[in-house]
Amino acid sequence: MESEKNRQFHHALKFREDICIGCSHCMNICPTEAIRVGHGKAQLHANRCVDCGECYRVCPVGAIIVEQDDFENIYKFNTRIALIPSVFTGQFPDSVGSSEILAAVHDLGFTHVFEVEEGVEFLNDRFNEYVLAHKQVKPLISPFCPAIVRLIQVKFPTLVGNIILLKAPVDITAIHARKVLTGQGIAPDDIGIFYVTPCAAKIVAVKSPVGEEKSVIDGVINMNYLYNKIFKILRQKKDKTDIPGFSALSGKSVCWSLTHGEADHMKKGRSLAIDEINNVIEFLEKVENEEIDGIDFLELRACDESCAGGILCPGNRFMTVDKLRNRALNCGLNPGGTPRDTPGKIDRTDGYLSENISLDPVLPRSIMKLDDNMAEAMIKMKRIYELNRLLPQVDCGICGSPTCKSLSEDVVQNQASIKQCIFIQKILEQNDKMDVQESVQIMKSIWSDNKLDQNSLKDEINVIN
Amino acid sequence: MTTEKMHFEYPVEGGNFSAAGFPSSQVKKTLKQLNVDGNVIKRTVVALYEAEVNIVAHAFKGVIAVDIDTEKIHIRLTDEGPGIPDIKKAMEIGYSTATPEVREMGFGAGMGLSNMKTNADSLVITSEVGKGTIVEIINYFHK
Repeated sequence: MESEKNRQFHHALKFREDICIGCSHCMNICPTEAIRVGHGKAQLHANRCVDCGECYRVCPVGAIIVEQDDFENIYKFNTRIALIPSVFTGQFPDSVGSSEILAAVHDLGFTHVFEVEEGVEFLNDRFNEYVLAHKQVKPLISPFCPAIVRLIQVKFPTLVGNIILLKAPVDITAIHARKVLTGQGIAPDDIGIFYVTPCAAKIVAVKSPVGEEKSVIDGVINMNYLYNKIFKILRQKKDKTDIPGFSALSGKSVCWSLTHGEADHMKKGRSLAIDEINNVIEFLEKVENEEIDGIDFLELRACDESCAGGILCPGNRFMTVDKLRNRALNCGLNPGGTPRDTPGKIDRTDGYLSENISLDPVLPRSIMKLDDNMAEAMIKMKRIYELNRLLPQVDCGICGSPTCKSLSEDVVQNQASIKQCIFIQKILEQNDKMDVQESVQIMKSIWSDNKLDQNSLKDEINVIN
Repeated sequence: MTTEKMHFEYPVEGGNFSAAGFPSSQVKKTLKQLNVDGNVIKRTVVALYEAEVNIVAHAFKGVIAVDIDTEKIHIRLTDEGPGIPDIKKAMEIGYSTATPEVREMGFGAGMGLSNMKTNADSLVITSEVGKGTIVEIINYFHK
C-alpha cells in the first residue's frame, strides 16, 4: 500500500527520457503549468499534474506514454470480467455492431463482458436525489471526469465542496457485477474486474482514487490496446451473421459519457455541460468569483467531445459521437431475446448499491499557495512581482518555464535562476555582466549540450551567416 | 510578529458591466497564493464583486484599494457618483434603485448591500449625496 502522499501524486502519464527531444510542446500546452524543461528533457512536477493528457496529444515523438497493466494479468482470475465503456463501440466502422464488438471481447479471453454504462440509470436517479438534498450548494459539480476532480483539487480548492460525492458508473457496474457473481457462488478472490479506459485520468482514478480507499476495479486495459486486438478478431471472423445477443443499454446510458450525457438528464433546476479543459478552467474561474448565478448542476469534462475525445481512443471523436448517437436512437428497436451478459438488470432502488456509492469528501491540495506561512508567502509574492517586471512578457519558454510569470515563481521557489531568461542574458551581456560562455552554459543546462554544440552546424555555418 | 503588507489598486469604470469582475479575480488569485482559507476567499470575493458592481451600476468612476497583511484584507472602494441618501434603507433586502436596463442585465435585484454585509466581517459605508460613496470591507484571515 502506497502512502497517502505517493497516492496523490501517482500519474498514468510517463515521460520517456530516452525518446524526449526536449521540444517544450508539452510544457507550453499544460493547463496546470506542471511541466518544465531541464537538461534537454521535459520534467513533470507531479503535484501539479491532473492527468488530463494534453501533453500526450502534442508530443511530436511519442515520448509520453500511458502506463498499463500487463494484459496477461486477467488470467490470474478464473472469472474475468471486462467492463467496456460505450465509447469503445463507437471506435469501429458503421458496419460493425456493438453486440459483435462485445462478443469479440468475449472471444479474447474474458468470461463476462459488461458495459460500463449499465450503472447509469441507477446513478442518474441518485444524482437527482443528491441535487434535491443539497440545494444550498450551487452549482453541484459532477465527479464523472477524474481529471476535472483533480483540476478542482489543485487549481480551484474553494470548489471541492461542490463536487457530488457519488461514484462513477463504472464503479456502480463493478460493485453490482461482483455482488451478482459472488451470489452465484463464485469466490470473491476468483473474480477479476478489468476496465477498458479511454484516457489516462481514469487509470489514475482506479490506481489512486480520490474519495475512496481502494477501487473495486482490479486492473485497467488501455482502449487503443484492446482496439487493436478486437479489430484483428473482427477482421479474421468468417461468419459475419452470428450476432449473439444485444446490449441492454438505454439510449441515455449509451450517450452518458458524451458531452451533455449527464446534464440533459438532470430533472430539477438548470444544468450546463462544458467540455475541453481550458473551457472548464475559464468557466470555473467565474464560478469561483460567484459571477455565475442560478446554475444547479455542472457537467465538466476535460476532453473535447468528452470521452469520445479521450487520448486512448483511436477513432475520430466526431465520428464516435455520431455513431453513439445513432446507436442510442436504435436502442429501443432491438429485436426480442435475451440481452447478452448483463450482470442482471440493476434495480433502480438497489439498497446494497445505495450503501456503497458514496465518496469521502474530496480534499483540496492547492498548487497556488506560495508558502504555508502567510508572511513568507507575502514576501515571495512581492519578489515574484518584482522579478516579473524585469521579464519581457514574451512567454517564449526558452528559460525552461512556460511563462515569464512561472519563471518568476520558479526563481522565488529556488527552482530556477533569473539568468535563464535569454532577454536578461542579452541585457547582462551588453553591460559586460555576463560573457558568452556563461550564457551558453546556462542554455546548455536547460536545452542540453547537443542543441548548443559549437560544432553542430560546421558545414552550414557560413551559409547561415 | 511580522508586518508584511501588500497594496493593490484597480480603477473602475461606471457603466462598463462587461469588464466587471477583474479586481475580484485578481484578489482571489492573490489570496490563493497566500494560502488564505477557502471560505474567507469566497466571502471576500463575493463582497468585493457586489461592491464593484455597485460602482459600475451607479457611479461615474471609482477606485478599489486593497491592503493585505497577515491578519486581514482591507478593501476600500471610493467612487464619484450620486451617493446614497439613506444608507439604512439601502441595506434592506430587496431595496433597489437600479434602472430597468440594469435589472435586465441581471444586476440590481436589491441584494447587493445585504449580500456584502453577510460576506464581510466589517462593512462601513459613508456617502455624500451628489459627491460619492466610500465602502470599506474588512475580512480577517484567522478567527
